[in-house]
Amino acid sequence: MIDIPFFLFVVFAVVAIGGGIGMVSSRNPVASLLFLVVTFFSLAGIYVLLNAQFIAAVQVIVYAGAIMVLFLFVIMLLNLGSDYHADIRRFGWIVAGFVAAGIIGGILSSGLTQPGLLAGGGGGALVDASVRDVGVVGAVAFPLFRDFAVPFEVTSLLLLVAAIGAVLLAKRRV
Amino acid sequence: MVQYSLWLSAVLFALGVLGVVIRRNAIILFMCVELMLNAANLAFVAFSRVVGIDGQVFVFFVMTVAAAEAAVGLAIVISLFRHSESVDTRNFNLLRW
Repeated sequence: MIDIPFFLFVVFAVVAIGGGIGMVSSRNPVASLLFLVVTFFSLAGIYVLLNAQFIAAVQVIVYAGAIMVLFLFVIMLLNLGSDYHADIRRFGWIVAGFVAAGIIGGILSSGLTQPGLLAGGGGGALVDASVRDVGVVGAVAFPLFRDFAVPFEVTSLLLLVAAIGAVLLAKRRV
Repeated sequence: MVQYSLWLSAVLFALGVLGVVIRRNAIILFMCVELMLNAANLAFVAFSRVVGIDGQVFVFFVMTVAAAEAAVGLAIVISLFRHSESVDTRNFNLLRW
């Protein structure tokens, strides 16, 4: 008897890592971006497997939809997809990159997977009870608007500043 | 599965670091930063299976910051391109030395 969610997780994880490797190594910026979109879609699948369906939908809409279209739009606008040259650095930099990635990945994996961090985990049952109670969206929305109301408002301010700053930076003459 | 998600998150973050170090195209550097932010999101969602719904709420804030960062960063890329007809980071070393 094969464990179907785990099998799906392995498939999504392999696709996500493959997309990441493709993004880092592909020479064409458009291909690189499409590899990143593949990674984002498989991350959305993993969110569904972790019972975060609403986050998965937002991942597809916001990341794979809006942000990646913005990147694609800028690549097309600057006409970078047609005359690409090798922008991967020299051999020494590649070695340095692998060393840096190894160190950071090692620190992260040893920190995130230390024993005891996942002990005492009743959170999953809590989330599931909340989803049964107020639905998938409500389970995220109630804490967002109750406990995190002030950060939420600050977020709107951040987006306003970012929008004004983007217009100001990209405009020819202010 | 939470444990494996955290491993995957570490691997994706390391891939993002690798990309930031070895690439020179400014737009691809931004994409690598997005990949690192997504690795952090994956860790948050995985930990929401341990500590409750707050992890998923935090993913929201991370996504907002990512959207703001992409908007401002791409505006900077456009204005750099207008300045020197290139997005290669070799051309932007005025403040380096």
